[in-house]
Amino acid sequence: MRVAAMGAPTEQGWFGRFGGRFVPEPIVPACLELAAAFADAWADPAFRVEFDEVLRQYTGRPSPVTECRRLSADLGVRVLVKREDLNHTGSHKINNVVGQALLARRMGKRRFLAETGAGQHGVAAATAAALFGLDCVVFMGEVDMARQRLNVGRMELLGAEVRPVTSGSRTLKDALNDALREWVATVEDTYYCLGTVAGPHPYPLMVREFQRVIGDEAHAQCQAIDATPTHVVACVGGGSNAAGIFAGFADTDAALIGVEAAGGASVSEGRPGVVHGSRSLLLQDDAGQVVEAYSISAGLDYPGIGPEHAHLAEIGRATYPTVTDAEVITAVRVLSRSEGLIPALESAHAFAYVLREAGREIPPGSTVLVNMSGRGDKDMDQILERVDGAR
Amino acid sequence: MNLRSRGRKLLVPYVTAGVSDNWLDHVHAAVDAGADAVEIGIPFSDPVIDGPVIQAASVRALERGTTPSTVARDLARYRGDVPLIAMTYYNLAHNLGLAEFADLLVSAGIAGTILPDLPIEESAPWERAAADAGLAAVLLAAPTTPDDRLAEICRRSRGFVYGMGLLGVTGERPDLATSARTMARRITAVTDLPALIGVGVSKPEHAATLATDADGVIVGTPVVRRILESDDADQVATLVAQFRTALDTAAPPTRAFAAAG
Repeated sequence: MRVAAMGAPTEQGWFGRFGGRFVPEPIVPACLELAAAFADAWADPAFRVEFDEVLRQYTGRPSPVTECRRLSADLGVRVLVKREDLNHTGSHKINNVVGQALLARRMGKRRFLAETGAGQHGVAAATAAALFGLDCVVFMGEVDMARQRLNVGRMELLGAEVRPVTSGSRTLKDALNDALREWVATVEDTYYCLGTVAGPHPYPLMVREFQRVIGDEAHAQCQAIDATPTHVVACVGGGSNAAGIFAGFADTDAALIGVEAAGGASVSEGRPGVVHGSRSLLLQDDAGQVVEAYSISAGLDYPGIGPEHAHLAEIGRATYPTVTDAEVITAVRVLSRSEGLIPALESAHAFAYVLREAGREIPPGSTVLVNMSGRGDKDMDQILERVDGAR
Repeated sequence: MNLRSRGRKLLVPYVTAGVSDNWLDHVHAAVDAGADAVEIGIPFSDPVIDGPVIQAASVRALERGTTPSTVARDLARYRGDVPLIAMTYYNLAHNLGLAEFADLLVSAGIAGTILPDLPIEESAPWERAAADAGLAAVLLAAPTTPDDRLAEICRRSRGFVYGMGLLGVTGERPDLATSARTMARRITAVTDLPALIGVGVSKPEHAATLATDADGVIVGTPVVRRILESDDADQVATLVAQFRTALDTAAPPTRAFAAAG
């Protein structure tokens, strides 16, 4: 049965019981201005044309859908992969950042602020800032900076200032806190480029819309090869690549599956809560203190999930299973050996689910579309440490 | 909660609850040194409007196991005669349930609340729960708040209006931002509620400067920094007394206050 899903939220940014705008007063007017500016731009054909043009000429879209023949034969299900790893900067993050950089320029903002976990959004933000001549500051947790040295170097080479975050978990959660603090202090001349479908309205809507190119393309590409996905699978930290690919299939019969890290299972282990600007499902203790997530992948180390995903889970339109670090490492090895694809540790969560559930939750004969949100180059140090016999 | 009737410029220091075994001694020291109310910070894991000092105090308090319930338990020993105002983040209220949270605060002797991540678009349920429990839900205004929005904030706020003195997180600054006086004037122009300025009120002379335009000041980080540096409550007493003197010198208390005092 089809369920209407992934439409517009309410004017205040509510997807059912999730979303809203819970931020300090200094940045509320900026959020209101941003919501109006995004609505105006997204309805402007000239903006859409420029957005499409940059994605085509600069980031290399459309990204292909790859048929995984060897893996399909092994698993007994047809596996198709949407290749967001082939985007410039190596992940889907660039789609959103190009949209927001164009919007920042349209709004007359000269300074571009971002938070980053694995560094993929930070690298994308630094790249777009260089392309459009914006000053760029990226907040990144100290723990993540150590895990992702290569991305720190890339951001700095691109001209961005990387500010180490030393508070709290020193990962994505606290990078987001520090980015919000910086925005409060500099809101008059700074555009905040949030990297995922979380945060205050309009970010969950806006980031989904800038990422929906993944799903819209994939839907057309699948039709062109006469494939009708029965399952669409993507990893979920905040959930931007999942929102992007789900958006293209929300009105089909495909099962939408967002795979979380077992140590950051907001949907299966979280409760409704309010942090980082919206009400969503959140890992928290009995008193309401946010619990630190754990994942081998810095990009999924997030104790919450975008509010629209919480809504999709609540209405039953999407499910959010988990996979373990060990399953993720196995998936990296299998994809590398069987298809010549080295996925980012984040994206490997989606593959790990498919490897585990093919023939079980995913019946034989199914057509599974997996979003490979990024490539694994940035993770090679960690992968080499963990994959036995990788060399 | 009626602060204006005290007849002098209002001084509201902030203490992070649970930051040390003797945190309540710091509250009492502030009261004895001339506070008109005390803000009780209930620590939250993700304090987005707080700078490094109050973040550090929050971490220390959380590591000591501080929760809204332990704060309420500790406040049973509060012996001061000025109102206490809870400052925390919305998730702690949301988590417990708004009515339950309001009742917990009232049972602890708290008179009002400041929830800085709850703007007016989302605050109506809390305003109702607070009113039902007899709590004053204080709302915040910022230098970026447009006039029409400021008017609505002032209309809906209870107890006083919290004007943010600058764009930024809590923390000490060498100079008082020019936006602080402007904020105070904008609030007093549209409401009879007291206009209290907080964030960036770092030195007694800042408070003295604000005495012309504001009804009072909120002093957080300078107090908390002293608490982090030393368990000695005399440090807090000395600081609060300096702010008291600065305010009273700049704007002498009314005769009514002297008679009541």
